[in-house]
Amino acid sequence: MSGYGVTDLRVRYGSREAVDGVSFSVPGHTIAALVGGDGAGKTSVLRVLAGAIAPAGGTVRRPDEHRIGYMPAGEAVYRDLTVDENLAFSARAYGVRGPEAARRADELLERTGLGAARSRLGGQLSGGMRQKLALAMALLHQPELLVLDEPTTGIDPVSRAQLWRLIAGAAAAGAAVVVATCYVDEAERAATVVVLSDGQVLLEGSPEEVVARTPGVVVASAARLDPERSWLRGTRWRTWSPDGTVPPGATRAELDLEDAVIVAELERLPQGTGEVAA
Amino acid sequence: MSLVDVAGARKRFGEVVAVDGVDLTVEPGEVVGLLGANGAGKTTLMRLILGLLPPSGGTIRLFGEPPSRRTRARLGYVPQGLGLYEDLTVAENLVFAADAFGARAPERLDPTLEAVRGDLVAELPLGLRRRVAFAAVLAHHPELLVLDEPTSGVDPLGRARLWETVREAAVTGAGVLVSTHFMSEAEQCDRLVVMAAGRVVAVGGMAEIVGDATAVEVRPQRWAEAFAALDRAGLPAALVGRRLRVPDADPRQVGAVLEAAGVAADVRAVPATFEETFVALSGGGEPGAPASDHAGVA
Repeated sequence: MSGYGVTDLRVRYGSREAVDGVSFSVPGHTIAALVGGDGAGKTSVLRVLAGAIAPAGGTVRRPDEHRIGYMPAGEAVYRDLTVDENLAFSARAYGVRGPEAARRADELLERTGLGAARSRLGGQLSGGMRQKLALAMALLHQPELLVLDEPTTGIDPVSRAQLWRLIAGAAAAGAAVVVATCYVDEAERAATVVVLSDGQVLLEGSPEEVVARTPGVVVASAARLDPERSWLRGTRWRTWSPDGTVPPGATRAELDLEDAVIVAELERLPQGTGEVAA
Repeated sequence: MSLVDVAGARKRFGEVVAVDGVDLTVEPGEVVGLLGANGAGKTTLMRLILGLLPPSGGTIRLFGEPPSRRTRARLGYVPQGLGLYEDLTVAENLVFAADAFGARAPERLDPTLEAVRGDLVAELPLGLRRRVAFAAVLAHHPELLVLDEPTSGVDPLGRARLWETVREAAVTGAGVLVSTHFMSEAEQCDRLVVMAAGRVVAVGGMAEIVGDATAVEVRPQRWAEAFAALDRAGLPAALVGRRLRVPDADPRQVGAVLEAAGVAADVRAVPATFEETFVALSGGGEPGAPASDHAGVA
């Protein structure tokens, strides 16, 4: 496989298998989205890629540590350092020195809109500003591999648009980017989507490929058609018909990635588990 | 009578007016989504409606009266942090929540929750915790549900199942007010209210709010070159797969920039997405735009 990534990756915490045979690859100039709910294994995969933990098995393709930019989930900035000091810290940690460090910091502050907040403490920033600062810190040394753990969780769409523009800019400049998200609509921005569930790959490919590979058909209707294979999208129901028949009263729906992931999750469920809201 | 009736509500914190003349209603059976960038006043408005803050002006009515302990008993609130006791079991949490509202804990749980009835909440994955929080809040049959980003951290199927629970409450007459940042949650609402800088800037369904707004879609041979060229020209592009989208731009201008940079691409105007429209309503999404990121206001 070309690019950075993992093959047959396994991560274990004690007796718990958090990642169980995950493989994917991200070449330069490309964004791959790791999608899954809480506990799907996204963070473990990213921590292995970033070199923060050792895998229990499998192979990892990554550049030297100083060519990786890693933004962990949650609190990734120092609250008692200013914005400038956070960036200077990151520059030193990644070995970026002198005028180059200052030039990159200025550029990133301008692009993130944090220029007016240079002397504010990390702890005084809003959630969106903190996430932008954390991303700037991971980007400062122009890494070849950018590893981002839920960079947009908890932030509003305006900040999200700015963050994604920075992420796309890094990919445009040649970086391979792996970004985790729990939102499927956000993953549609990526060239490659890797959907994780229970530590395994549920779906992988471009969003278009993943949607096209959905087995059977998905239909739309006003009423629920099946206790297990139906789900709500707004005020209309969708139902997966594995054998491709369109039941009376329903019409074929145009699928998106969200539907494709739901079908894959349904396909994985043992029949008759009663996975229905009571 | 509206379940929620906010008329001309204002809230001032010192010099800052966080909520500036907002009208909002929630009717029985209706799912209303409240959207806004950070600092738009969304959280403050929610706190006014919940009765956690007094307004500086205007009126807030819940079930026809000012928010009070009595109105609190008739609503169910699921905060982002879920408000569960992590060191109690699922069953204990449900009993505790029911007791607080003078209701009975639900006797019949859905099979998924039944299977973890005796487990500590701390040991459950987030998706299950959210289901417990929903079950706890629904036990006293609230007439109004107030949900803050109700499905973040949950996989798509789990999210769909949570929304089924919300819809079920709405079908039986409850009103629902959902605060969210995510478009897949906004899509589940009957009506959306978009706030920016303390005011309501748009109301309606998704399609209604988007109206005839357009974006420019660029299908370049090499997206990175197109992205860099547009960036240099000050046309902020969003990457979608290997295509680019420039919100609210003129296709001729985009085409001219790409041509001047020698980048081959198919350029055309397409309908804007709801998210693009939302960002435009919230102040454009340019770095340092005034409507975004007022630390500490909301």
